[in-house]
Amino acid sequence: MVVKFLDIAIGGLLTGGIYALIAVGFGLQYGVARVLNIAHGEFIMLGAYCTWTLFTSAGVTPLVSMLFCAPFFFAVGFVIHRIFYTPLRTASESAAAFEGNSMLASFGLLFVVQNLALIIWGSPVKGYTYLAFPIHVLGAVFSTNRIVTLIASIILGSAFYVFLVSTRTGKAIRAAAQDPVAAELMGVRINRVLALCFGFGVMMAALGGLLLSMTSVMLSPVMGMQYTLIAIIVVVLGGLGNIKGSFIGGFILGLVGYVVSSLQPGLSMVAYYLIFLFLLLVRPTGLLTK
Amino acid sequence: MRNPVSMRKTPSRKRRSFIALIVLLALLATVPGYVSSYTVILITNILMYVVLALSWSIFSGPTGYISLASAAFFGTGVYASALLSSDLPLPVVIVIGGIGSFVLAFFVGALTLRLKGMYFTMFTFGLVELVRNSVHWWEVNMTGTVGRLIISADNMTIFYCMVGIFVAVLVVSYLIKRSRFGLALESIGESEEAAAHSGVNVTMVKSVTFAVSAFFMGAAGATMCMRWTYIDPTTAFSIQYSFMPVLMAIFGGMGHLYAPITGATVFSILEELLTTKFPYYYMLIFGLIMLAVILFMPHGLEGVIEKGRKKAMRRSAVGT
Amino acid sequence: MTILEAKGLNKRFGGLVATWGVDLDVQEGEILGLIGPNGAGKTTLFNLLSGALRVDSGVIRFKGQDITGLKPHQIARRGIARTFQSVKIFSKISVLDHVRLGCFFGKPEPRTGTGADGAIDEILEFVGLSSMRDTRGADLILANQKRLEIARALGTRPELLLLDELMAGLNPSEVAEAMALVKRIRDRGVTLLVIEHVMKAIMNICDRIVVLHHGEKIAEGKPEEIAGNQKVIEVYFGETATAVPDQPGRLPPGRQV
Repeated sequence: MVVKFLDIAIGGLLTGGIYALIAVGFGLQYGVARVLNIAHGEFIMLGAYCTWTLFTSAGVTPLVSMLFCAPFFFAVGFVIHRIFYTPLRTASESAAAFEGNSMLASFGLLFVVQNLALIIWGSPVKGYTYLAFPIHVLGAVFSTNRIVTLIASIILGSAFYVFLVSTRTGKAIRAAAQDPVAAELMGVRINRVLALCFGFGVMMAALGGLLLSMTSVMLSPVMGMQYTLIAIIVVVLGGLGNIKGSFIGGFILGLVGYVVSSLQPGLSMVAYYLIFLFLLLVRPTGLLTK
Repeated sequence: MRNPVSMRKTPSRKRRSFIALIVLLALLATVPGYVSSYTVILITNILMYVVLALSWSIFSGPTGYISLASAAFFGTGVYASALLSSDLPLPVVIVIGGIGSFVLAFFVGALTLRLKGMYFTMFTFGLVELVRNSVHWWEVNMTGTVGRLIISADNMTIFYCMVGIFVAVLVVSYLIKRSRFGLALESIGESEEAAAHSGVNVTMVKSVTFAVSAFFMGAAGATMCMRWTYIDPTTAFSIQYSFMPVLMAIFGGMGHLYAPITGATVFSILEELLTTKFPYYYMLIFGLIMLAVILFMPHGLEGVIEKGRKKAMRRSAVGT
Repeated sequence: MTILEAKGLNKRFGGLVATWGVDLDVQEGEILGLIGPNGAGKTTLFNLLSGALRVDSGVIRFKGQDITGLKPHQIARRGIARTFQSVKIFSKISVLDHVRLGCFFGKPEPRTGTGADGAIDEILEFVGLSSMRDTRGADLILANQKRLEIARALGTRPELLLLDELMAGLNPSEVAEAMALVKRIRDRGVTLLVIEHVMKAIMNICDRIVVLHHGEKIAEGKPEEIAGNQKVIEVYFGETATAVPDQPGRLPPGRQV
């Protein structure tokens, strides 16, 4: 009985770790830069595919790929924000108009990235195995790659949290999240901070995708959208703008998903969606906010 | 996102548009008599997108709520057709497909339209994934197959059905705009609070409009299904059916009834041209066009024309 | 006869208490003024009465029937209409259609086609916008936009009209016209609850006045009583001010609040 419970608990955490990372990334983009990036999942997909390519053609292990992927995708996100969202911000007549416009721009981005992936890698599903040997934890059996994923997500999440809390840039980000105008008056270069946030968001997504690919998940160019949805749900669960909440919320949702999957595989999305509906109707401010 | 409305159409302008429409419909009715089978298929495709773009605008135009759920409703119609078309006549199947989407949209709308616009949009985005996932799960676990084979209908039948749906959308669109329901809808788009305090049941009006727009998307899906020999959840609920109507409607501008028609026609023809030249890249190109449209012409073609007209007026004024 | 009765209304927003134990009694046919410094909770009270916000606790009765917790459109259909502090008219909709909207969706009453049109024309005439029936909301000056809000509200056939800072942003002659309009609305048989900052207007047109401060009702009574009320004066002017004893009906000269 205890083993079963642990099995579910740890299994859920493994899934949840990735959810937590991608939710934090999404939360940064929406909470601070106010961009509803529905292309978020596409960068998860890109991260996964890049890792696949590096692994299958160059033999670079995923954990080493991280060293390349992290800065690369950060730069991609930063540049995308500068090219699209910064001018959009100045051109929009109001905050609401910007939210709508940036969401539509993200939609366009989704289409571009998804089709780019389709062209580059083709539609048949791909996958690779890495560290697939089993490991025993407290009586239950798990795949080593999933344990590594969990550890990695916790490390990355904590590292980012420390960054937000202790560094100047981190403080600037938190200031911009609370009040962009005031932050700008205080000397924060707001355009740069917003672009940084977006860059971090994309980086988190790519790292999430990297970790995801490690867990022997099947890759396909259309895999991104469900993760965007998961990120949205987690962010709503944790409370918009609440980074810690998004992190914890990811684990909670991962647990739920794992439980549902073990009972009835394939219905975890339905479960997530029902949770989403429930949240929006009953407590749209999130379960984890004060 | 909404257009700066150009000058109200004067009676003569209205009459001209109406006559143009009648001519267009007459042409459409007789077209199969003297064009190739390929052209008939092309026009059917164009009409499908026109219907999707128009339906999308019926709701998202006046209210400003951006729905990304079109693929969910279209796909529902496709599946209605796939399941029923061997037993029931096509027109009945089309109506059933429409009703299925209507009910789904009403239910989702009643629950989520009381929320802020962004939440609604996120929800509609998720709806496509949800429905696709659910259908996939059902097919795998309950019926054993993932894809389905379709007994197709002939191109002529499909063409006329699509024309019929197109006319229906236009008629309904027009009736809504002229009715008190349409006035309520417009007022909701401007200020929900003021509308509610004037006695308008805002959530109900939004939900019904959303459901009406979904009906036509479902009907279009049920019709188009007959053109394909094989369907599965991924193709039926493809995100492109959410993406294209939005792009088309925004490009055309969201002010007048005919604006989505312009956008839809332009892009369907563009799609047709590009699929032959760049079969792999054309979707990518559309994505890039969407980005360009959002950045440079957020009020669509109408907005651009309007800006040009204003500039011309200013120039002539300065000259005096 | 009491047309609107509110007992023990409470509303908080997180840690902020917006409304605290407010009782309200509106008599049919009167013009009741609602005043208080900024942040006193006047508009919040309106929002509670019109259904825009849910009360945390308390009861609201309109014509004897409990309307607590009803949605805004349901309350509008029962006969309570309102205007807004920041004028919420529809910029792209014509003046005529504003009133038509109110008529279509307001308090239900059997109307034939011609009857409805007649009513619309009468309302436009009443507020003085007949000549602008086809003008779009955005093309009106502020004073006319406020008339339009009233016209739209009157279209719903209200028995009680809540006016939120009608005079804000109007110049002195427009204020005088507005005051006259308010009185004519009452003469039509509509009870009025009026939030105002323009003291001259409040003192002139109101039969009674309720004073709010920090969400609580601190005074209630006739205009003269309120003007002389020490608590009210303190709230507006600080603790060292006093009323001018030989001018009970007017505030000290030069002090326009």
